[in-house]
Amino acid sequence: MNSVPTDDLPAPMPLFTGYRPPPEGYDEAFQNSGAPRPHWQSFLQSLDAIGRPELSRRRDEAFRQLKETGITFQPSGDLEATARPWELDPIPLVIDANNWQSLSAGLQQRARLLNLILTDMYGKQRLLNRGLLPPSLIFLHPGFQRACYRHQPIDDRYLYFYSAELARFPDGTWKVTGDRTEAPSGAGYALENRIAMSRMFPNLIHDCHVERLASYFLAVRETLQKLAPRYKDNPRVVLLSQGAHRISFLEDAYLARYLGYTLVQGGDLAVRSNRVMLKTLGGLLPVEVILRRVDAIDCDPLELRGDSTLGVIGLLQAVRSKNVVLANAFGSGILESPIFLPYLPRLCRELLSEDLLLPSVDTWWCGDTNALPYVLDHLSELEIRPAFRQGNQDVYFGDELSSSDLARVRGLIEQHPDQYVAQALKSPSSLPVWGSDHFDAWPMMLRTYLVASHDSYTVMPGGLTRTSPQGNRLGLSIAEGQRSKDTWVLTENPVDTVSLLQPPGQMIELRRSGAELPSRVADNLYWLGRKVERIDGAARLLRTVLIRLTGDADSRNVPELPMLLRSLAELGHIEPGFAIQGIKEPLPAIEKILPSSIFDENEVTSLRSMIVSAHLATALVRDRISLDSWRIIHDLEQRFRKPTRMGDSLLSDILALLNDLILNVASFSGMVMESMTRTLGWRFLDIGRRLERALYTVNLLRNAVIVIGEKESALLDTILEVADSSMTYRTRYLANFQVAPVIDLLLTDETNPRSVAFQLAVLNDHIDHLPRDQIQPLRQLEQRLIMSALHSVRMADVVVLSEMHKEGERDYLDRLLTRIATMLPTLSDAISHRYLIHAGAPRQLTRIRQTK
Amino acid sequence: MKYKVTHKTTYTYGETVPVCHNQVYLAPREFKHQSCRTHRLSIKPTPTVSESRDDYFGNETCFFSVEESHRRLSVTAISRVDVRTPPPPDPSKTPAWEAIVQDILGPATSARIGIRQFAFPSPSIHWFPELETYTRESFSPGRPILEATIELMSRIYTEFKYDPTVTTVQTPVDEVFRLRHGVCQDFAHLMIASLRSIGLAARYVSGYLRTIPPPGEKKLVGADATHAWLAVYCGGRLWIGVDPTNNCIVGDDHITLAWGRDYTDVCPIKGVYVGSSIQNLTVAVDVVPLAATS
Repeated sequence: MNSVPTDDLPAPMPLFTGYRPPPEGYDEAFQNSGAPRPHWQSFLQSLDAIGRPELSRRRDEAFRQLKETGITFQPSGDLEATARPWELDPIPLVIDANNWQSLSAGLQQRARLLNLILTDMYGKQRLLNRGLLPPSLIFLHPGFQRACYRHQPIDDRYLYFYSAELARFPDGTWKVTGDRTEAPSGAGYALENRIAMSRMFPNLIHDCHVERLASYFLAVRETLQKLAPRYKDNPRVVLLSQGAHRISFLEDAYLARYLGYTLVQGGDLAVRSNRVMLKTLGGLLPVEVILRRVDAIDCDPLELRGDSTLGVIGLLQAVRSKNVVLANAFGSGILESPIFLPYLPRLCRELLSEDLLLPSVDTWWCGDTNALPYVLDHLSELEIRPAFRQGNQDVYFGDELSSSDLARVRGLIEQHPDQYVAQALKSPSSLPVWGSDHFDAWPMMLRTYLVASHDSYTVMPGGLTRTSPQGNRLGLSIAEGQRSKDTWVLTENPVDTVSLLQPPGQMIELRRSGAELPSRVADNLYWLGRKVERIDGAARLLRTVLIRLTGDADSRNVPELPMLLRSLAELGHIEPGFAIQGIKEPLPAIEKILPSSIFDENEVTSLRSMIVSAHLATALVRDRISLDSWRIIHDLEQRFRKPTRMGDSLLSDILALLNDLILNVASFSGMVMESMTRTLGWRFLDIGRRLERALYTVNLLRNAVIVIGEKESALLDTILEVADSSMTYRTRYLANFQVAPVIDLLLTDETNPRSVAFQLAVLNDHIDHLPRDQIQPLRQLEQRLIMSALHSVRMADVVVLSEMHKEGERDYLDRLLTRIATMLPTLSDAISHRYLIHAGAPRQLTRIRQTK
Repeated sequence: MKYKVTHKTTYTYGETVPVCHNQVYLAPREFKHQSCRTHRLSIKPTPTVSESRDDYFGNETCFFSVEESHRRLSVTAISRVDVRTPPPPDPSKTPAWEAIVQDILGPATSARIGIRQFAFPSPSIHWFPELETYTRESFSPGRPILEATIELMSRIYTEFKYDPTVTTVQTPVDEVFRLRHGVCQDFAHLMIASLRSIGLAARYVSGYLRTIPPPGEKKLVGADATHAWLAVYCGGRLWIGVDPTNNCIVGDDHITLAWGRDYTDVCPIKGVYVGSSIQNLTVAVDVVPLAATS
């Protein structure tokens, strides 16, 4: 567009005044004359009517929601690179119905073609034997999986999920810049973008007749269900993810939840009798279909990459035996390499007897002796990339290379011509991108999604649009680009209102979720419970210490401080030296070191580290807990950081943070009690909490009460405070502090939710309800352990327990507490062993060398 | 020549192992110069699953799963094989090696593709300029292929020392070349890499070698081992086996199990399990020639 809209144009739009796309390129929204393209007209006018201030407000609100509830978030721990790669831009890409129709036809044809190539490659290899594909393409290719040869997937289908990366060229035609055939990602982001946009423009999206994305996801579900070798009515479909430490994990979790599949990692599955089984608390359950999001090479340490821990031992043989179906099939990823692009037009005529409808960006394989001279003559106008690898490493843009670099790249190509392809440099179309007071014209790329459906493919009406100011350099990885955009495909027909949430005309089967909890998820929930409770205990102890330190009295004269410091040291919050008389004198004053030790992220036992670790643990089970519970932990992690201002008020600032923290933890616990269904998942979370709290209270009592004399009421008062039981005590006994009632309240009183007895009773109930073989005549180890502990507390006589013995210690109490303190870790191990840990790392049998 | 081969491998684990999945290449391959009369695989404990199939290269491979707790896994293959390797052609009468390279690169046919796949790099086989130079010392222009191959084999045999302590199952070819030490697997890989570096096709062969006891000594049962050599394509659909470890052309003493691009394609036994490490591993191979009448 060379000028602002003028009077002779239909509707001047002040909002877009000053929008200047590059004159030589193709702009998605505006024609060269400056007039909006017809299919953008009504959307742009509505935007104009909404106006910048309101747009800005809606955009901020959408951001806030995405940040809080979106697929991705920014943790400060070791979940690397999980941040949402780009901001959502409020201006979508709008595509008209006609253009989309021809694009869809091209994409469908391409998917069918790629599937036929795969079928041939892993089957009869006619293309190779007749010289239609150069042998180097296959035999030099590290992605050609010989182990997959003739494993004949159902219906000759290798490619269930296909994704094409598209760019529009200056003449207005779309071209494919890359094919994604292994495990295409990003459909979850496309869905998330749509949900955010529907909130931003609830009416507009409806008025513009934008096609819904649900039809695609419905097709996914239908296709995968049909694939099941058994139990076709209700097959168990799992989404095999690479795991929590990969960038794709949160999208995997999001998609699994949306599609209603169980999210699993390699370790959750096992092959038994050639069938893939899901390890759950209730035992092994058969899996029929695997939505594969792990690269094939990592899927089976027996036949593929031996050191991979992401896969399942024996999976390939289970597939060969047709006991499980993978989508995509093993071996499909080979077609992601750009080396195949130059051959597609010929292969399309050969295999489909059709012309290729959707062209690829011009590509030359340097191993082709006819192409090489052209590439070497035009190096500065080309993009050079590795022929067999996908991705953006070792890509050279000829137009930005110095003459010495050009010579070097030429040398690389001449040395190993078959390792490189050359592609025409891209100049993709532009579209308006939100700026603080104007719109910029940024280049964009569109990723589309297809799923196999009947004998063809269903195209998602939309996709993931990425944009960046350096758009002609926008690579093929979806992590690239600065902004992403929703993609609106317009339709002239009424918008189909299908949704995944309610299959039309079908009564949903009533269910109570039960034993089908993957052991790994139960393990995560159990540790989340322990971590959250540990934070609560530590925060209460630290708060009590800080109250003493910020009070009037000189800290050296507070009688209960040594006991508190001993407890802190035992939990690892301060150096052990502080707890030992005679050593602590040369150490710096406790008030000086406490702030840094609370916030020390390098010390795993610091409160800050515990919070980070609980936050990560929560992230791992985000699909199992409520959004509000997640918000609480997320918020807590964001806020509990060292106050920036230093000086006298530092301790009281920390005290305020601790008060907030304790409230937050309490509301999390409340959420768990009030909004989690009483499934096994909830039980494991609560087992973790109860076990940790019992340990905490036992240790507190051991630290304090065993040696306490009768008169030391300040100490008793402090213990009650740390154990959050002061109120109860005062109601019962006023300010008359004695040892026996304190022991009763904290140890044996089953009505006090802070007492040891209460935790043990709840644990006993949980453990009774865990799934186990009913025929077993004897009680299991974990049952015996908890019963014995509960029994010893119930049988204890508080008066006897509070008796002092000759050494000035309460021997009976000591013995009882020691017994419980040793039993609890054993109980934890017993539960882990029976329910949580199903497997260790796979090991290879030692390879025998051929030596003779 | 007829043989009975008994190949027993026993793994003992530190603790009981609940499950083990395995893939083996222990069935002698059927081809023009060898027939396998009988083959029996006996596995203890008894596997719940045991399935054989032909792999990409036409070798028979067996997959099995042991799904009961065990501390010891034994795999015994007993095969009766008839080997009829014809004597090699007169090396000086074989075609010039460049003609074979040209033949391999000729227009695609199913047979040619089947040969050409063994001319490419593979997981354990890569080459480098020094190796190509080393190879060309024997492959001078126009030299008959088998003559040059035999000379290259002899050079490897004399210049490299057999020594099981220097390399491991994963030592790459360039290191073997630098170290000048290795075992049969290393020498086979090295020579395959040499031949492929100048455009020839060569494949890795896994099998057994009949050992002949020193005069006057009785042959020890189980003293044999698995062996590896290579075969080079010499034109006219003829692959000739050469054994750089023993400096000989492969004849009736070599019993073929399987062939592939390199060791990784035909590893005799591989397995993955969950549990403690292996405490002990024993392999016993016994190759007994049978009287012609039996």
